[in-house]
Amino acid sequence: MGQTLLDKVWDAHTVRELPNGQSQLFIGLHLVHEVTSPQAFQMLAERGLSVRYPGLTFATVDHIIPTDGSTRPYVDGMAEQMFVAIERNIEQTGIPFFDRSTGRQGIVHVIGPELGLTQPGMTIACGDSHTSTHGAFGAIAFGIGTSQVRDVLATQTISVAKPQCRRITVDGKLADGVFAKDVILAIIGRLGVQGGVGYAYEYAGDVFDAMSMDERMTVCNMSIEGGARVGYVNPDETAYAYLQGREYAPKGDDFDSARHWWSDVASDADATYDDQVDIAGESIAPMVTWGVNPGQVLGVDELIPSPEAVEGLERRSIEDALDHMKLTPGAPIAGTPIDVAFVGSCTNSRISDLREAARVAEGGRVPAHVKALVVPGSQQVKTEAEAEGLDDIFRAAGFEWRDAGCSMCLAMNPDKLVNDQVCASSSNRNFKGRQGSPLGRTLLMSPAMVAAAAVAGEVTDVRALAAG
Amino acid sequence: MTDDGRITHVAGTGVPVRGNDIDTDRIIPARYLREITFETLGPHAFEDERRQLNGKHPFDDARFTGASVLVVNRNFGSGSSREHAPQALMRRGIKAIVGEGFAEIFFGNCTTIGIPCLTLPATQIESLQSLIEEAPETALAIDVGRGAITAGQATYQAELPAPVREAFVSGEWDALSSLLESDDAISAVHDRLPYIAGWSAR
Repeated sequence: MGQTLLDKVWDAHTVRELPNGQSQLFIGLHLVHEVTSPQAFQMLAERGLSVRYPGLTFATVDHIIPTDGSTRPYVDGMAEQMFVAIERNIEQTGIPFFDRSTGRQGIVHVIGPELGLTQPGMTIACGDSHTSTHGAFGAIAFGIGTSQVRDVLATQTISVAKPQCRRITVDGKLADGVFAKDVILAIIGRLGVQGGVGYAYEYAGDVFDAMSMDERMTVCNMSIEGGARVGYVNPDETAYAYLQGREYAPKGDDFDSARHWWSDVASDADATYDDQVDIAGESIAPMVTWGVNPGQVLGVDELIPSPEAVEGLERRSIEDALDHMKLTPGAPIAGTPIDVAFVGSCTNSRISDLREAARVAEGGRVPAHVKALVVPGSQQVKTEAEAEGLDDIFRAAGFEWRDAGCSMCLAMNPDKLVNDQVCASSSNRNFKGRQGSPLGRTLLMSPAMVAAAAVAGEVTDVRALAAG
Repeated sequence: MTDDGRITHVAGTGVPVRGNDIDTDRIIPARYLREITFETLGPHAFEDERRQLNGKHPFDDARFTGASVLVVNRNFGSGSSREHAPQALMRRGIKAIVGEGFAEIFFGNCTTIGIPCLTLPATQIESLQSLIEEAPETALAIDVGRGAITAGQATYQAELPAPVREAFVSGEWDALSSLLESDDAISAVHDRLPYIAGWSAR
């Protein structure tokens, strides 16, 4: 009987079955950032343990870093303290560190792939739930808590239960104006934000086959928003072509050897799955969230739902979400006025995201009352975008052009919503308070849709813009 | 918890926090992730919701003061992997959580720091939440090994995966000690993975 990629990678990395019934899984690549690591290093020190394989952990700074050109020491004393802590921990352990001075700093889930660190068949862990991003390469990648960051530092392993595997097949072709972000939002809308608990999602079919690596990363990134801790696409020529020539990718003969191994870890044609879901690519419209979790989502041409349609706690969830969002049931989501537009985050801050947003923004003008910002995912993405002149397009259209970081996705740096502002955002979470104001309202959508909303000052169907 | 780390029973009173899909951003807002220690998080659990509800959040309701069992609904702890969320609840005095279901990373984080998360069907959660709201002084007792919950005269049979249950009862819920025991086996896996050992060795 055939095996899935999940089965093969799991077997190759299992150290042993633990007394607690879980697997002790070896982690081939560990990524660290400033926010979820200080306590882990502290716990390690308290137990008198050292870092077992410093060469398998790589660190950067992304969550809390200002993107407005601020320099050290930072005005925010707590941010400064976090930087001092990670620098001290790096110095004491010898972990490679991509800070700003290297030109390779950026969001951890952008730089891992960009540097060629992320490769097919690996196990990858990071103290960040969006680690699922790296599954785009056919890696099994987990978000972990800080105690598990400690475990990886000390042992290069974690205790984890093997998930079940659900294959999600999207066949056919996407319509113009429909992007990877819309595909994953449609999947979450269909299966729910808890639908993936206990599962790894394997994404298969024509639509994922045709996607670039950037697009696959967008899809895998939001697996966790559907409850699945792990999501992946089987590695193929698109993945190998992306890796060729990257700094940490194998070179020369090694690349050829690696290619064989990578091909072997892909799911077998006769692999069995615990569950299968099929979605028609043609059925997916540009998506927009209307509520306070990513499953509360609809097509831009649809109407905001009415709580009367459902019963019990679910009705209460809809009422609560509409109350927070100050939206009217039965009204169209298109035309909802916005105050802020954010292009960025580990979901959508790569070069192709910026190109799509720039294409829509070009020649337009953000109204004076809308604050629009573009935050590239890494220093390298920023440099590449500037070489293509994207920064000029954005500036001419009235967008701010920022330095790399997580920025307004979770507003740990100075980029925050104010009061009950509405933000058209290419990020991954529309939770209450997520973008820095407890009353803030987030509408998740693709970067092209964010650019369209920024220029129009309201939620706009990017398909109409393209046709016009 | 006993001196040897075994968590076999949790006893105390309860506090219900109603709602599906309560995410970890709501449990602890991201601005508190700027702390480089978990010690100070307790008072900030659910801070933004509590401020908006102006004293009407269950965590501010004097009837639930000192509660150690949190009773929640579906997909509690979704979203961010921040361990700060269970750390904040623990430092606020929560020793066990009973819910219809939990997000995976949150469940794992809770287990690792010694908070059992038990599940009950939706209707029983509703009944337990109502019972606590009507009689907040009701003594709750959780037998972790059996998954049995008593609330006054009422009893419930909760689910907890057998290996996780065993980890609490044996005191091995923090996996690090077990992980450290596999020294040679870890090296063996390290040495056989081609992307670490080298591609030419294949």
